[in-house]
Amino acid sequence: MIIYLDHSATTPVDPRVVEAMAPFWTEIYGNPSSIYGLGRRAAAAMEDGRRRIARILNCGPTEIVFTGCGTESDNLALRGVALAAAARGKRHLVTTPIEHHAVLHTANDLAEHYDFEVTLVPVDRYGQVDPDAVAAAIRPDTALVSVMMANNEVGTLQPIAEIAARARARGVPFHTDAVQAGGHLPLDVEALQVDLVSLSAHKFYGPKGVGLLYVRRGVRLLPVQTGGGQERGRRSGTENVPYIVGMATALELAHAERETESQRLRLLRDRLIQGLMAQIPDLILTGHPTQRLPGHVSLLVPGAEAEALLIALDMAGIAASSGSACATGSPTPSHVLTAMGYSPQEAMSALRLTLGRANSEADVDYVIEKLAEIVPRVRGRR
Amino acid sequence: MGDKVVVAMSGGVDSSVAAALLVEQGYDVVGVMMRLWAEELPAPALRASAAGGDAPEAARQTNKCCAPEAVYDAQWVADRLGIPFYVISVEQPFKTQVVDLFVAEYAAGRTPNPCLVCNRQIRFGYLLDYARRLGARYLATGHYARIRRDDQGRFQLWRGADRNKDQSYVLSVLGQDDLAQTLFPVGELTKPQVRRLAAERGLPTASRAESQDLCFVADGDYRGFLLRQAPDMARPGPILDRSGRMLGTHRGLPFYTVGQRSGLGVAATRPLYVLELDRERNALIVGTAEQLGKCRLRTGPAWWVAGEPPSGPFEAEVQIRYRATPAPAVVTPTADGGTVVSFTAALRDITPGQAAVFYVGDRCLGGGVIAEAWD
Repeated sequence: MIIYLDHSATTPVDPRVVEAMAPFWTEIYGNPSSIYGLGRRAAAAMEDGRRRIARILNCGPTEIVFTGCGTESDNLALRGVALAAAARGKRHLVTTPIEHHAVLHTANDLAEHYDFEVTLVPVDRYGQVDPDAVAAAIRPDTALVSVMMANNEVGTLQPIAEIAARARARGVPFHTDAVQAGGHLPLDVEALQVDLVSLSAHKFYGPKGVGLLYVRRGVRLLPVQTGGGQERGRRSGTENVPYIVGMATALELAHAERETESQRLRLLRDRLIQGLMAQIPDLILTGHPTQRLPGHVSLLVPGAEAEALLIALDMAGIAASSGSACATGSPTPSHVLTAMGYSPQEAMSALRLTLGRANSEADVDYVIEKLAEIVPRVRGRR
Repeated sequence: MGDKVVVAMSGGVDSSVAAALLVEQGYDVVGVMMRLWAEELPAPALRASAAGGDAPEAARQTNKCCAPEAVYDAQWVADRLGIPFYVISVEQPFKTQVVDLFVAEYAAGRTPNPCLVCNRQIRFGYLLDYARRLGARYLATGHYARIRRDDQGRFQLWRGADRNKDQSYVLSVLGQDDLAQTLFPVGELTKPQVRRLAAERGLPTASRAESQDLCFVADGDYRGFLLRQAPDMARPGPILDRSGRMLGTHRGLPFYTVGQRSGLGVAATRPLYVLELDRERNALIVGTAEQLGKCRLRTGPAWWVAGEPPSGPFEAEVQIRYRATPAPAVVTPTADGGTVVSFTAALRDITPGQAAVFYVGDRCLGGGVIAEAWD
């Protein structure tokens, strides 16, 4: 029996989503570009998915581009908009130092290979960015502003509508990486006044390997991947019909249950935070105390190394992480925490517990009990 | 379930069998592999020096002790044994406590043994502490050495039952607290027995390269490594004989080791050997084979398995390198915590920086780093 507390890394696929995807493997397997019935039915299911997603985003179906993952969506947003703008002499990007690497490394790449300048607008101790500071960073040659909706490591929410309004006032397209927010926060692009939004299905109980980029009509976007011209030329490649259908169903389900589930998660989250704070001395909650994702708990455990904590938790049947699920496995201090003003040493004691659908009060109480045992041991006698 | 044991796994036969035996003995076993620091070489340099067709990309940043294949092998063994397995990050302590010291020792004109330092500081220091933090009672390794207890319950370190594979030399730094928390499950076995046990259990029967000595040197060339880490080490200086006569010029002291014969570039009627690295004068002292022989050595602060030195001089067999033949000697603990060792017959390759390790029969008493040797 494993208590899974790493829902920011990924989530299990909802069985209802698995069911919705089922016909598209061996029955309706046609290529959506094909002329015969099998292809047309696949295309219809895909377009139905696009419409269902568009309803949740309050946008037109043609404004949705299906991609292979959140990272690809971020790449398409940054590269696509930046390189289209570069043709008109605009070579400046505004973003923040706490973005996901999909954004930061792409921005660096644009700086290194395409002569872009990148302005990183600093964040405060909670990891929040000041909309006026973003406005002040915008220049006449700014091609794009990109600020994430919710941070993966510390759960902090950004005042996206306020930032978007300032970008719009200056006529600069605004992108938000909403990968962590998907399923948890309203994604109404009209209410938010955002121009590009990245989402990834596996963060909201959909399959891994599929994501989307919302691109407001009129935003100039150079395709990153060219070929057969699928997705209105913005993302060539045969569409992944079962995953797209799965993503649409997962997003619908998540949004239908969003308010009740978010409320439930907030209560669990606060129970977990309060329980841990009461049991373990010197814990530090990172990120914003209230403006944070519903199920997101991020802590520093001074005097303990995150790696040892995670191993001890795993031995106790609890799956957690230290921040981001990084492929190299080699620990370096989190760029998010250091940007928020924590020392590299503090950052190495980061623990992230992210709750989700399967978690109960009993899970939370078990984790509090186990961590209260584990932390003093891992801290040792030093 | 029995006591929790953390097993240091390499993916090789010894640690795999060690883990298997502990599982069979009812322990609650957890496998770990340490990710150690390794030199980063730019790919072209490595390509030029690497023999064979190894992909430079893969080899570039990986310590030989925790190469990706080793991780996969160990993970496979752990899965087969049904135990959890973790790779833990030890890059930083390994770099500062083992690698930096290795470079500093060479810079000081000594020839260090990093495995011994690693065992003291990292494997039975950092890792043992880590194991305790994870709630383990013991740390186990696949070393060939034995732990016994005397009548008073004190722990003793003995050579492995397989004398050919004995690793007690590099474990001589362990003290009572360490041994109380350590298990060597294959110490009572011979290598052929271990291989047979592995084969019977469907575990890998191949060893990881016997000595992962200098596991952190990207291309295996420690002299090149030293130059890359501390370029000012390559300071040429005089080659002198005992009488102070200049015979030639050396390329930098770290390129030489005591007892070395070839590569001096000095023409002489009789074969010349490196007698001494004189750091103060940056001079390489050379001489004949007879001059090479030394009967006595002095160590720095000694370590004792028992936790304290014997009360007076004692007869022992002393090993001056990892694989050296033990030589009979009298060991005298000195007031400053060191020792003086007097050999029955002169030895030719007493090397400052290496450890002198003391044995009575198969029992290891301790040792010390050789500071100097004389006639």
